[in-house]
Amino acid sequence: MSGLARLGLVEARARLRRREISAVELTRACLEAMERGRHLNAFITETPERALSMAEAADARLARGAGGLLEGLPVAVKDLFCTAGVRTTAGSKILANFVPPYESTVTAKLWAEGAVLLGKTNLDEFAMGSSNTTSAFGPVINPWTPPGREPPLVPGGSSGGSAAAVAGFLCPAATGTDTGGSIRQPASFCGIVGIKPTYGRCSRFGIVAFASSLDQAGAFARSVEDAALLLQAMAGFDPKDGTSADFPVPDWSGGLTGRVKGLRIGIPKEYRLDGMPAEVEALWARGADWLRAQGAELVEVSLPHTRYALPTYYIVAPAEASSNLARYDGMRYGLRVPGRDLVDTYKRTRGAGFGAEVRRRILIGTYVLSAGYYDAYYLKAQKVRRKIVQDFEAAFARCDALLTPTAPSAAFAIGEKSDDPVSMYLNDVFTVTVNLAGLPGISVPAGLSASGLPLGLQVIGRPWDEATILDVARALEVAAAFRALPPGAPEA
Amino acid sequence: MSLDRATVARVADLARIAVPEEQLEPLVAELAKILAWVEQLAEVDTEGVEPLRSVHPIRRALRPDEVADGNCREAILANAPEREDGFFVVPRVVE
Repeated sequence: MSGLARLGLVEARARLRRREISAVELTRACLEAMERGRHLNAFITETPERALSMAEAADARLARGAGGLLEGLPVAVKDLFCTAGVRTTAGSKILANFVPPYESTVTAKLWAEGAVLLGKTNLDEFAMGSSNTTSAFGPVINPWTPPGREPPLVPGGSSGGSAAAVAGFLCPAATGTDTGGSIRQPASFCGIVGIKPTYGRCSRFGIVAFASSLDQAGAFARSVEDAALLLQAMAGFDPKDGTSADFPVPDWSGGLTGRVKGLRIGIPKEYRLDGMPAEVEALWARGADWLRAQGAELVEVSLPHTRYALPTYYIVAPAEASSNLARYDGMRYGLRVPGRDLVDTYKRTRGAGFGAEVRRRILIGTYVLSAGYYDAYYLKAQKVRRKIVQDFEAAFARCDALLTPTAPSAAFAIGEKSDDPVSMYLNDVFTVTVNLAGLPGISVPAGLSASGLPLGLQVIGRPWDEATILDVARALEVAAAFRALPPGAPEA
Repeated sequence: MSLDRATVARVADLARIAVPEEQLEPLVAELAKILAWVEQLAEVDTEGVEPLRSVHPIRRALRPDEVADGNCREAILANAPEREDGFFVVPRVVE
């Protein structure tokens, strides 16, 4: 059975269609791998019974020659997507016992296409973090952690459980969400592919909100082709999300060519940071060479406001978070800690229910939105955000996609950077600009650091042009021939 | 802009989050550091720049004013910390 856990989505789909394997067998293999991989703490909730009954139903449809895009394919879901009847915690104590009565649009689409739910993956609390150490359900361990290393390495965050589950071969693919880099940075740290589509591609309905103008769902998988397939099933217009785009979803997986001949690839010069590790810079240059060798034209471009992106983000995101998280008041659902009166009950509930990072961001957000500071912080940040968007518009007049590193380093150890919020925030220096401008971005594993840990390259595209970044990512994937596996990976 | 203990206590109050007395001081330092860091935005010339509120200008059509769902009281109350006779039970609001 162990070979089944190594299968990717596209290959498993072909074997399911040929009836060489069954969805139940494939699902069992994943459930066993999840059991063996429990030390990673990648899942908050496992759903084995539901998985097996969904797999049986998929097998019945496959036997009739029917079935959707993902028929019989097991996937994991970040515990930020509401799943009807399955506890959804957002990694927070305040939602520790919350069982949604409704389904998020993205997950509903997956089940309509025949996918099988394996469980809900761990994450930074309310998706706020870059290391998956702010979860109320404990940190996730990066499967690339060398045996015996203490403390273990982080998987990145906030979608750390999804990334670790896919990298550790507990499942072939998983959903994530990305507000400032929460799909791409963990994908880079765990040596897998992670794509965040254009803002508006995937419905946000039923995804626990963090920062609504930045949040976007996306996909993790072990290949570009698999990530394209999962994303295709997730995307699409939804009248229940006022920012969802009414555009048709292209056939990203079927249309994937990996051809970059004639494409102009921009290298943003401001991404060459002082103090950037030489190995990250070298990998970036190698990525550019790979694309040039396949016929792309490399052009240097300028994104002059890059250095202001993180400070902008740390005004806009906390401001939106402080508004979104006001709903957790202990009245209608979630934790309630009784107090002297109504206001005291609110305060005790929120004081006990939120962890340190979430509290920090709510307080920052409340402060920047409060009377007397709104113009100086929030309005200013919205203006700088426009300048960041204009930077990208100017760059895309000269190129078709941008190539950058995904993160400024490889995975670090649990506990590192946690005493200094700002140094943790710097993890997202290359990814956060993409959310501010609402663009699609993808991270592809491209090499190993000197200490043998994965490093990713990021490709950024024009709005709605996921197809181009998928092709560029595929070209990088072919050239990089990244075959390294984490310790303890199952036999093929 | 200097942040003091009283300001942080006031913001925590606005945010309706109880912060234990002994955690206030470290929080002042953390928040002050983050605010000092974001204040570098003041360097950017944003004269005449329109604040960005929506990243893609998607024009939303109005939907017909029709009831799409409803009649789901049980589902709405299912996660209530306390309920009675089909209502949420909350602390007394009006004395």
